[in-house]
Amino acid sequence: MRLIAAMSGGVDSAVAAARAVEAGHEVIGVHLALSANPQKYRSGARGCCTIEDSHDARRAADVIGIPFYIWDMAEEFHDGVVEDFLAEYAAGRTPNPCLRCNEKIKFAAVLDRARAMGFDGVVTGHYARTQVSESGKTLHRAVDHSKDQSYVLSVLTVEQISGAVFPLGDTTKVDIRKEAEARGLAVAQKPDSHDICFVPSGDNAGWLRDRLGSDVGPIVDQSGTKIGEHKGAYTYTIGQRKGLGLTIPTPDGSPRFVLKIEPVTNTVVVGAREDLAITTMRGERPVWCGPAVDGQKHKGFVQIRAHGAALTCTYFIENGLLVAVLETPLLGLATGQAMVIYDGDRVVGSATICETQ
Amino acid sequence: MPSIYLDHAATTPIDARALAAMSDQAAALGNPSSLHAHGRATRKTLEDAREVLAAEIGCLPSEIIFTASGTEANNIALKGLYWAGRDKGKNIVVISSIEHHAILDPAHWLATHEAAEVIEIPVNHNGTIDLEFLANLVEKRGNEIAVISVMHSNNETGVLQPISEVVSIAGEIPVHSDAVQSFKKVPLSFSQLGVTAMSLSAHKISGPLGIGALILRRTIEIPSLLHGGGQEREIRSGTFNAPGIVGFSTAAVSPGYNAAAVSALRDRFISAVQRLFPDAIINGLASERLPGIVNVTFPGTQSDTLLLLMDGEHISCSTGSACSAGVHEASHVLLAMGHSEASAQSSLRFSFGATSTEQDCDFVVSVLPDVIARGRAAHSL
Repeated sequence: MRLIAAMSGGVDSAVAAARAVEAGHEVIGVHLALSANPQKYRSGARGCCTIEDSHDARRAADVIGIPFYIWDMAEEFHDGVVEDFLAEYAAGRTPNPCLRCNEKIKFAAVLDRARAMGFDGVVTGHYARTQVSESGKTLHRAVDHSKDQSYVLSVLTVEQISGAVFPLGDTTKVDIRKEAEARGLAVAQKPDSHDICFVPSGDNAGWLRDRLGSDVGPIVDQSGTKIGEHKGAYTYTIGQRKGLGLTIPTPDGSPRFVLKIEPVTNTVVVGAREDLAITTMRGERPVWCGPAVDGQKHKGFVQIRAHGAALTCTYFIENGLLVAVLETPLLGLATGQAMVIYDGDRVVGSATICETQ
Repeated sequence: MPSIYLDHAATTPIDARALAAMSDQAAALGNPSSLHAHGRATRKTLEDAREVLAAEIGCLPSEIIFTASGTEANNIALKGLYWAGRDKGKNIVVISSIEHHAILDPAHWLATHEAAEVIEIPVNHNGTIDLEFLANLVEKRGNEIAVISVMHSNNETGVLQPISEVVSIAGEIPVHSDAVQSFKKVPLSFSQLGVTAMSLSAHKISGPLGIGALILRRTIEIPSLLHGGGQEREIRSGTFNAPGIVGFSTAAVSPGYNAAAVSALRDRFISAVQRLFPDAIINGLASERLPGIVNVTFPGTQSDTLLLLMDGEHISCSTGSACSAGVHEASHVLLAMGHSEASAQSSLRFSFGATSTEQDCDFVVSVLPDVIARGRAAHSL
């Protein structure tokens, strides 16, 4: 196949590109410039797409022996990922921008452009596997569950998965670093990137405050009584206990947790731990990574965080929403996050959580 | 599959004689600034080379200041002439709006760090500077102008600029011209042109990388950027790059570049492009141009996509414009000529050189329809 390798400048995408070449594909390396004003260097694990990262990517491509280019996707990234992130927070939800980036940039803008230019697909350093069965290509968890990234890929349609190549899904991260070393790739020991790439300071709350303003508003209990003040409702997440700055204790001295964020009234609602418990979640805009789910009830697992646990559930479609009913109640679930359904290791599909009870 | 190089304006294959002269000199011992026999021997060779180059560019040997690059020559000239002028109360730097970044950026640096007032001369749709604008400016504020810098020919479009007219309008005001792309491509004489200073670069004329020259009238004194051993009229200190200088002067007198043949190739290419793509724009077509450069706008495409696709066909060409963090910026030259951002971003530069052939030209023409079709498909998403 003729493939575009998305190369971030990190170790994973470098090894993925090298493996794709070794598998006999014709590979061209592309670094995505996602910021209009990139920083010169990265500090530790934060930030990405710095000039230094693009140099690392170029060097890796040269060592592997493939052509390398930089594609300017700053506008697409800003519109599709950053703006979405802000809008979701402003609406009181907690979005996952990595999912959005895979959905709108890596396996949409990049894949579409690659296909139009005569390429067959995109290879990335994600830890996930694909399998080809009678029903087509399906998406699965990586062998290394601690690094598994199938959660953030669960927004890909069958069509997008058909154009995706994940060469690292069968290997542990430790072995990928060793392999990079053996291949002479200088990025072998480069730190993993964490956090949100477009918030290089790592201060998400501060970043949001700068952009959405910091309108002071009430923190209320479930009866609606004001017990404190917040500095911008969207900087709180459901289930959050620390940093609320509440001075009025509960009668029994038990801690309070964020239960709800109401953007319209700029109110944060807090309550007891048990009030966080939910057993049912509903998600909108479901995406199927394989055969679509019907109205029947199915047994499976739901995951609600990138590296969270797989929770036993029954899932089905109801009024166009993906519903998951948990066996054991869950504490603290923010809307806006993705609920990803697994059938064993296979990713069934995902939806954006819009309702919990 | 053939591998075709159409990026001679970026750099061009080194001349065999220049390479031989250079490697002989690299094996010789002696710092030209040393007074002993070894030093004198190297000094002799170096000064021979300087005289050869001086004769070729039409200046006095003492007017040549060797530098490490054309960029360095531009920086010394623009900053030096500005500072010299400022000492006489002149604070304006005049440049054309289509200068190479090696003039544009030092000019903006002077504005930011030295409080210079930078005025850009606009260009018309054909890519030549507006002489009337310059004449008006000189008439109104001539006594405030420290330096005027206008390139001899543009590196992106190949359009030649009316330097003699600039010199005559300038009168007593020092004029610098970046002639990096013009040297050895079109007739060029420092003394006949009458400029104060001129920049050259060896690797654009089949000489080695890492050597350039500032030609500066012998009576002009400017401050230096590099202080040290006092070489080159104390304007450019640093041990002489004797192999580079010898390679440079050898390349300057080596035959090889046949302007008529190169422009015939260019015109062959232009007619084919016009036949295949009636909507393509040949930038600067109506102007006098260098023999080797063609700049084409292919509407509905994006330069970096086209570059990737051409590379995939083993053809090396260029967008001609600068990169910012690896991302191609819309060319300031094409924008100055009236292009929109989108249209400036859909242009490629093909530059022919001494080693280019009709086969090269025809092969590129044969793959262009498919490349442009794929480029348009990728851009229309």
